[in-house]
Amino acid sequence: MSDNGTILEMNGISKTFPGVKALSDVTLAVRRGDVHAICGENGAGKSTLMKVLSGVHPHGSYEGEILFEGAPVEFRSIRDSEHAGIVIIHQELALIPELSIAENIFLGNEETRRGAIDWVATNNRARELLARVGLSEEPETPIKNIGVGKQQLVEIAKALSKQVKLLILDEPTAALNEEDSRHLLGLIRGLQARGITCIMISHKLNEIEEIADAITIIRDGKTVETLDARQGPVDEDRIIRGMVGRSLESRFPDHTPNIGETFFEVHDWTVAHPDVPERLVAKGSDFFVRRGEIVGFAGLMGSGRTELMRSLFGHSYGTFLKGRMVLNGKEARLRSVPAAIDAGIAYVTEDRKVLGLNLLDDIKTTTVSAKLKKIANRFVINERSERQSAEEYRKALRTKAPSIDYGVAKLSGGNQQKVVLSKWLFTDPDLLILDEPTRGIDVGAKFEIYGIIQRLADEGKGVIVVSSELPELLGISDRIYTISEGRITGVLDKGEADQETLMRLMTATSMKSRAAERAEAAQVAADTPDTTATDGHAEATAPEESAWTS
Amino acid sequence: MDKLKQIFGGDTRQLGMIFALVALILFFQWRTGGLTLKPENVINIFQGNSYILVMAIGMVLVIIAGHIDLSVGSVAAFVGISVAIAMRDWGLPWWGGILFGLAIGALVGAWQGFWVAVVGIPAFIVTLAGMLIFRGANQAVGKSLTVPVGKDFQVIGAGYLPEVGPNTGYNNLTLLLGLLLCAAIIGGTLRTRRNQSKIGAHLEAGWIVAVRIGLICVAIMAAAMLMASGRKGTSLPVSAIILGVLTLVYGFVATRTIIGRHVYAVGGNRQAAELSGVRSRRINFFVMMNMSVLAALGGMMFVARSNASGPFDGVGWELDVIAAVFIGGAAVSGGVGTVVGSVIGGLVMAVLNNGLQLLGVGADQTQIYKGLVLLIAVAFDVYNKSQGRRSIIGMLMKNSGGGGRAAAGDTEGVKQQA
Repeated sequence: MSDNGTILEMNGISKTFPGVKALSDVTLAVRRGDVHAICGENGAGKSTLMKVLSGVHPHGSYEGEILFEGAPVEFRSIRDSEHAGIVIIHQELALIPELSIAENIFLGNEETRRGAIDWVATNNRARELLARVGLSEEPETPIKNIGVGKQQLVEIAKALSKQVKLLILDEPTAALNEEDSRHLLGLIRGLQARGITCIMISHKLNEIEEIADAITIIRDGKTVETLDARQGPVDEDRIIRGMVGRSLESRFPDHTPNIGETFFEVHDWTVAHPDVPERLVAKGSDFFVRRGEIVGFAGLMGSGRTELMRSLFGHSYGTFLKGRMVLNGKEARLRSVPAAIDAGIAYVTEDRKVLGLNLLDDIKTTTVSAKLKKIANRFVINERSERQSAEEYRKALRTKAPSIDYGVAKLSGGNQQKVVLSKWLFTDPDLLILDEPTRGIDVGAKFEIYGIIQRLADEGKGVIVVSSELPELLGISDRIYTISEGRITGVLDKGEADQETLMRLMTATSMKSRAAERAEAAQVAADTPDTTATDGHAEATAPEESAWTS
Repeated sequence: MDKLKQIFGGDTRQLGMIFALVALILFFQWRTGGLTLKPENVINIFQGNSYILVMAIGMVLVIIAGHIDLSVGSVAAFVGISVAIAMRDWGLPWWGGILFGLAIGALVGAWQGFWVAVVGIPAFIVTLAGMLIFRGANQAVGKSLTVPVGKDFQVIGAGYLPEVGPNTGYNNLTLLLGLLLCAAIIGGTLRTRRNQSKIGAHLEAGWIVAVRIGLICVAIMAAAMLMASGRKGTSLPVSAIILGVLTLVYGFVATRTIIGRHVYAVGGNRQAAELSGVRSRRINFFVMMNMSVLAALGGMMFVARSNASGPFDGVGWELDVIAAVFIGGAAVSGGVGTVVGSVIGGLVMAVLNNGLQLLGVGADQTQIYKGLVLLIAVAFDVYNKSQGRRSIIGMLMKNSGGGGRAAAGDTEGVKQQA
């Protein structure tokens, strides 16, 4: 690629959401014809920056200036930025499953002749575009009939139809398997050869190392540095250091763990995606929790950490394929949420407002809602016990609210989380699974939540903390498992864990052979009734074992 | 205003509904020259609307759970004709007829509950189909004819409390019932206060409670004397008693039982409810089945009142029932609503209907007024929620220094925005 100047410059970009500064004084310069990677932890501000660039956050809602092809631009909507030749492909694909490939490519940009859609031209042009991205599907095929990998290619074909100059890919390979990822990366190189510039956001550092010409690292809403990879390769360690390079302050209460015997074990836990049975969200997970222990689970978004936990909690996510769970020395088969609650498992959801709370309720109703029978005499709720229990937990967790009749929607994030914790403590659990327990909570409240978690461990409960914030996990956990692509990739004791090791394990992409890949699919097919994959199953076992234990 | 709010309790929405109802009654009392509050007319309002209100009780649970039931009119008509024919052809006694009708209601409900809860078809579609299916079934079973029912069966729709005891110029049982109700309210309040003081909970000032109970008892006794003083042989209608009992029972079920809590939980946030151990399918099945049982009861009450079951019974009832629930403060998105509110909402519609009739307003205009009332009642609600306020009356009270005891209901607006 010859160096022919800068295609995009973003200078001094700042963006504030109510109460949060998402971006502060971010600078980004992209050379024409480069593949430019943007790296950073979850919540570092990568997606916000791309939304500013593509006009999702319109001009005027942010500070700073954007120069595209040397001229200042002020995009007010995606339409504006697409008109200029900037196309963004989001992580969640924006295709309509019921429409055909051709219809999706030209959606909002239809080929018309005198006001009516010209189907011949539409399909012919679609076929050309598909050929450019290396797809041989018929343009009339409905999107829902092709796999995720091919859908990603259709998105790119769609971008090409818009005369794209700068293509932004947000986590393009997150949902793809190894082979599809390879193909996609090859295609990106092909586009590069035609002079199309790409910005790629990715957590898969090995891919970045392989393909990027330049890497910009963003941390806490600020640009940390831009590395030039054309002079010589930038290795993963270098990127990780940039991503996590902040000091661990004493943001955690002092705690001496008192760890007892193992009481919760999971073996070979395997779960398929609820809608896409051939996609495994948990692949043969093995782990254990001891009494009084705080066990961290480190994984990036989409790594399968939440899916694993929800599946353990009464199979409340996905299709359970196989695995064993041992709770207090006994084999536990918990096929429903009520069964899991009765067995002493509590799961505090990642998304408080969508999954954790009924925002119409008040504090007392919420507190008792997961185990009403504890305060009921068969069917009738004893309002006196309800008030007493709610009051008790409000005091114990120091929830700040005028009274227990106060609506949970009006509480701050930290206090909402305390109410959610009250609700689960009320069920008297042995094992608490906390999924991102401090997301969206200010520092003071975080400290209190950590204190509560430690107190619970001291009471002899086992606590699992799932988080993508590494300092948090390092600060609070006694032992940390890492998850990547639905697989447990490592386990580290508190002493031996540091951010760089964790990040490496969290971003480890499996080096699975094609055989193992096929074996996995055969395994799933064998578990699904009405298929004749029995012999595939027999062959499957050997490579499968080796892949999962590696 | 502050004191007034303390007396009536913190739920300004319900308070607003009661004020609206009282204002409407007073307005028609004035415009009709006193006809509205004549004993005959009050009895007539109850008899003519109890069946709708009974169904509103079922409907509010359906709507709280986030569904809708369009089939209630057809189900009521189907049950009505089946019961009338069973009693005529098989010689079922009146109580046998009622049990038979409730059983058919339960079967119909199980059918609709199956499609909604197990198969997962939206209730709108299931009950739209049910509306056609059971309308057709009514006409098929009854061969599109009108089938009369016997005198003893008519009691549940057109009966009154009997005359017993000395001649006081009033219906003694009605007065007795009124007194018992007052005694129960006073006793219940005293017991609650005793419990509250035992656990050291916050106690309301004694005079506030006294005034509140006093007002409620005066209202009950006034209504009892009004209905007891009617023409000889008339008194508190049996249908009103059925309505009253069901209101109490379902009000209790909705607020004080596990199943009631679960209905609100499913409607408020189904995913959160499921992750808290609520079996949402069972809840959905329960509300749909319960609705059909109450529709069956409503249908039988209507047949009893009109002495016969016909092929066009129940046409358009679903609209009256749903309107009552929404005027009574339920939210279209689910999770919000009260049994008592829905009954009051239904009474608002009933009084409006009756008053306009007394004034000689034609059916055409009556419908227009009813439609406007529904629209305005809900529009006020939506507007105030979007402003983060509760209701016009709540707003007035805030402005006059009422401040605000925080009620959980205040969060409705948040949900709508989310």
